[in-house]
Amino acid sequence: MAEALKVPTMAEYMAEGKKPEVLFWVGCAGSFDDRAKKITKAFVKLLHEAGVDFAVLGTEESCTGDPAKRSGNEFLFQMQAATNIEVLNGYEIEKVVTACPHCFNTIKNEYPALGGNYEVMHHTQFLKSLLNEGKLKVEGGKFKGKRITFHDPCYLGRANGEYEAPRDLLRKLEVELVEMRKCKSNGLCCGAGGGQMFKEPEPGNKDVNIERTEQAMEVKPEVIAAGCPFCNTMMTDGVKGKNKEDSVEVMDVAELIANAHDL
Amino acid sequence: MQIIAQVLFLVALVAGIGFFIRNIRRLVRNIKLGKEVDRTDNKGERFAKMARIAFGQSKMVKKPVSGFLHVIVYVGFVIINIEVLEIIIDGLFGTHRILSFMGGFYDVLIASFEVLALLVLIGVIVFWIRRNLLNIYRFLSRELKGWPKNDANYILYFEMVLMVLFLVMNATDYQLQLNGAPHYASEAGITGAFPISQFLLPIFDGMSNATLIIIERAAWWLHILGILFFLNYLYYSKHLHILLAFPNVYFSKLRPQGEMNNLQSVTDEVKLMMDPDADPFAAPAEEEEGAEPEKFGASDVFDLNQVQLLNSYTCTECGRCTAECPANQTGKKLSPRKIMMDTRDRVEEVGEIINTKGKYEDNGKQLLDDFILREELWACTTCNACVEACPVGIDPLSIILDMRRYLVMEESAAPNELAIAMTNIENNGAPWPYNQQDRLNWAKEN
Repeated sequence: MAEALKVPTMAEYMAEGKKPEVLFWVGCAGSFDDRAKKITKAFVKLLHEAGVDFAVLGTEESCTGDPAKRSGNEFLFQMQAATNIEVLNGYEIEKVVTACPHCFNTIKNEYPALGGNYEVMHHTQFLKSLLNEGKLKVEGGKFKGKRITFHDPCYLGRANGEYEAPRDLLRKLEVELVEMRKCKSNGLCCGAGGGQMFKEPEPGNKDVNIERTEQAMEVKPEVIAAGCPFCNTMMTDGVKGKNKEDSVEVMDVAELIANAHDL
Repeated sequence: MQIIAQVLFLVALVAGIGFFIRNIRRLVRNIKLGKEVDRTDNKGERFAKMARIAFGQSKMVKKPVSGFLHVIVYVGFVIINIEVLEIIIDGLFGTHRILSFMGGFYDVLIASFEVLALLVLIGVIVFWIRRNLLNIYRFLSRELKGWPKNDANYILYFEMVLMVLFLVMNATDYQLQLNGAPHYASEAGITGAFPISQFLLPIFDGMSNATLIIIERAAWWLHILGILFFLNYLYYSKHLHILLAFPNVYFSKLRPQGEMNNLQSVTDEVKLMMDPDADPFAAPAEEEEGAEPEKFGASDVFDLNQVQLLNSYTCTECGRCTAECPANQTGKKLSPRKIMMDTRDRVEEVGEIINTKGKYEDNGKQLLDDFILREELWACTTCNACVEACPVGIDPLSIILDMRRYLVMEESAAPNELAIAMTNIENNGAPWPYNQQDRLNWAKEN
């Protein structure tokens, strides 16, 4: 059994009178969803590998309010935002990194007007900056030459205009990066956004994740790379729905890098 | 005779422009039914965006076929309208081709109008074929049945007729000049160049000058009356985009698409709730007599903001939003285009009541339920594909969000599973029922 991960909390840092250079905002999926927890751990391993001085909020973290806001519950969203901002400001947080594009978008774009001003990065952007600074080595490994397609999360891509950071990382892994018919600003949603993750779809003739999985299958990938825990779940379900789970894996960009390094 | 024609022309011109101004006033009045929103910031950036997207058609060409054809019709429309200036002056003063004093440059102008007229004619015919004969997904939606489909076709027929009239007018004018007919022929030789309409000359071969003049005058009159009619048809049609695309892009959101506005009224409430110094026994602040507490979200057009209403009038029902919508592609009822059309139809209905009664009187209808169904609103994934796809900067998602806000905060009418997720967030800080104290358990698991 491997050694338990070392995950320092802000409270511990505070007790020692120290401040980490970056806060890792784990998010609800990253904390509780069994599939997403693997992404969280992979990212933590990469943070250790790169020697990043980071901490998490742990039990002091709470939902950013994204699903509430997009479902129309502005009141609940702002309650969550106010509580979180109080915690973040209490710890004098300056920089936040998260593996969830929904948390990323909310903290980056919607918290400032409510008093929460931080430099916020998506984990693919952060990993790319580590790469650029020479702190993290991303090259080749077991995915070299594998056919991989990247599914753009709406809240990273269209919502915030970041299409290249995840792709740059995949290129560094020397994979065969193939693009779906619908990609980047034209990318099709996985079907989870706007609160849909937590409800049954409205009546229709197909589920959105099946449609998106079919688009991914068109380019015959060995791996579908994702950058969002919700997209990951939706695409994984889609692949299972097509009985392709033995030939197609759905993996987060952070997992691909960590696995390539055998971390 | 001549003077009667000039007077008739003046009457037509004044009536046409007067009616147009009346409609524009109604349009502005209707848009102002919405809430004020401040979009006066970043003027430079807004102008640049307008130049790029509205003037430069940068988003149109993302679909190469329809985009290219649209650019032709757009350029043709703008440039051929220079000719309208000459037609108006000739009409008012009884002159013949008043701008011909420009000599060689005039020939170039007329020649380019002719070439563009032909290109527009071809473009419009291809548009008609696409819309009526090819099974293009976005032209088959249920919201296009009836008037919207007819409206689109009327405009295409109209443009075809206008272009043909323009070319017939030029051809007969050219023939009359060749015949040396008085008023048409000039001592300096042929005025204008007719690279396209010259091919129509055989049709008029052997006709008397009198017949030619009748045809030329008829084409001239129908052309200008057609343009005046078209100007006034705009208000009743999806075709308002030719004017509104510019302000619409100018006032569109500059912030990242993923950012959704924070409601100030909610912020105030939350601040009060979280204020440790707030007096729990304080009497509510004195408000004006009869002042209603602010309504959360939107159930009718009055609750939307002015940019959202401008959006609805600008929509030209191209359906690029709907074609990109994940919900629509998978058979759900949601169509972002229908959201915009419904909003416009409702604001028009309200405007019509104001036109007849002087002010709005409740007609028992509202935007929610009577136009936009809850099922449509709850199918949205907030993915922003519709916003990204719109060639003129319309934001259907903001209307969907405002209406969801009404449903959740005024009616507590969220779908059951969503209500449960919200309760979980409220109780344990996550959309699933996990204890907040277990949030770091993942670090200890292997």
